[in-house]
Amino acid sequence: MKTFDYRRATDVGTAVAAVAADPGAAFLGGGTNLVDRMKLGVASPDLLVDVTRLPLDRVQELPGGGLRIGATVRNSDLAADPVVRAHYPVLSQALLSGASGQLRNLATTGGNLLQRTRCVYFQDPDTPCNKREPGTGCSARDGYTRYHAVLGASESCVAVHPSDMAVALAALDAVVVAVGPDGERWIPLTDLHRLPGDAPERDTVLRHGELITAVELPEPVPGARSAYRKVRDRASFAFALVSVAAVLRVADGRVRDVRIALGGVAHKPWRATRAEEALIGAPATAEEFERAAGIELAAARTLRDNAFKVPTARNTITAVLRDLARGGDS
Amino acid sequence: MEVDITLRVDGEDRPLRVDTRTTLLDALRERLGVTAPKKGCDHGQCGSCTVLVNGRRATSCLTFAVAHEDDEVTTAAGLADGDRLHPVQQAFLDHDGYQCGFCTPGQICSAVGMLDELKKGWPSHATADLTGPVDADDDEIRERMSGNLCRCGAYAGIVAAIREAAR
Ligand SMILES: Cc1cc2nc3c(=O)[nH]c(=O)nc-3n(C[C@H](O)[C@H](O)[C@H](O)COP(=O)(O)OP(=O)(O)OC[C@H]3O[C@@H](n4cnc5c(N)ncnc54)[C@H](O)[C@@H]3O)c2cc1C
Ligand code: SF4
Ligand code: FES
Ligand code: FES
Repeated sequence: MKTFDYRRATDVGTAVAAVAADPGAAFLGGGTNLVDRMKLGVASPDLLVDVTRLPLDRVQELPGGGLRIGATVRNSDLAADPVVRAHYPVLSQALLSGASGQLRNLATTGGNLLQRTRCVYFQDPDTPCNKREPGTGCSARDGYTRYHAVLGASESCVAVHPSDMAVALAALDAVVVAVGPDGERWIPLTDLHRLPGDAPERDTVLRHGELITAVELPEPVPGARSAYRKVRDRASFAFALVSVAAVLRVADGRVRDVRIALGGVAHKPWRATRAEEALIGAPATAEEFERAAGIELAAARTLRDNAFKVPTARNTITAVLRDLARGGDS
Repeated sequence: MEVDITLRVDGEDRPLRVDTRTTLLDALRERLGVTAPKKGCDHGQCGSCTVLVNGRRATSCLTFAVAHEDDEVTTAAGLADGDRLHPVQQAFLDHDGYQCGFCTPGQICSAVGMLDELKKGWPSHATADLTGPVDADDDEIRERMSGNLCRCGAYAGIVAAIREAAR
């Protein structure tokens, strides 16, 4: 590991200025992803600005309805927050399905959003990878692709975003608040992460030195239920193969409001807008849910080892919506 | 870069000079001789390095020591009250919650932190009703302890020990 300086930030302005001024600097949250990448030789910052002591560690109800989640709120505290549990269960469930108790106690909201892919080739500095070293090629394309993308991938990269929390936030229409040297801006969560295109080295639209300070959630959809379901290789402590976050409101047997986001299938949390459009006003039946899932997944492109993700995603979307419509699962 | 820090470990202030690259785990083991936390994977995947930071369980391999100035770090070696073992330690002895013992200090710190989370009513992935009360049943214990692997497969004893300690 390369040597680095360490600074503990006490206010947002100084933290942003310190990182913005140094192209080799990085913010440090809980460290559970960045420290791991530094050990692997995938990241080598020369300055770490620790943001965990910034006063961004609160979950607050917004005056006009909705919730503001500070960027340094730990994943475990957010999952256990009484308002989140009662009004945004999909978010608690997503957080609780990720990592382990001792990791969630360290992991922060900002760091979780900006964790990088677990693509094994990305994590191995000895293999070519366009995300790690632009222009070197993608080792995954002709390699082992069980964990790779089926939607929105490109010739240059087929990696998936690993976060569970971000998938729930995508379904909840969350907005990310970021502060940079030029001030504050609000970014819809679904616009934060990028598709790989021909620049897979850029995971998000954030500029160097921009600090995530909060995530805001709009008021919960009245009368809607929400849930997160994660399909993985073992029952606990594993990344998603496919996951589904959904918010559904049914009235008179018809879908009135629906938001669906998929994890494990793309370079970003994948908002299933085609399926949502196909469902508005449709009967809330398993047949309709499956039809809509099929419409969304028509664009899927599979690789050698991940064709299973298409039926898995279709079945999981159908099952989650069916359970929500029945009033199960909350 | 080298920095002078003071870590508070198992109730004692321990001043030391560390390279910023030193993880909390390496500072404890290699610099302070506190060898209760173990290095299994060094990547957050096995839980054998689990300690309590301000009473909350945390993997000490994925966090730098410099980030823990002012924190209260408790390892499995600091849980006992003199000669009286912590109830979770005693339960691991009574229920054969280990074989080789390598994962045990991490299991015990994790269990202590997890029992506190249960007491606070935190839900888990195994909790059906997110807003209701939580019980320490075996499914809950297994889910909440899934960040601690045991290569000897002493899981049956570990679950029994935690079930007992949760009473
Ligand atoms: C063994 C293991 C299993 C895991 N399993 C899962 C899983 O199943 N599901 C899942 O979703 N996740 C999983 N994770 C990942 C874990 O959730 C992330 O590592 C964690 O959320 C990252 O948060 P952090 O605060 O530790 O981030 P850090 O490691 O501190 O930072 C991550 C990145 O974000 C940047 N950053 C941090 N805070 C900010 C900020 N406020 N503004 C701007 N940039 C910032 C850092 O510079 C860095 O690039 C797992 C991790 C491990 C080690
Ligand atoms: S899929 Fe993306 S991250 Fe993985 S090797 Fe290819 S370019 Fe790198
Ligand atoms: S050594 Fe820290 S989790 Fe394995
Ligand atoms: S007792 Fe040997 S690894 Fe758990």
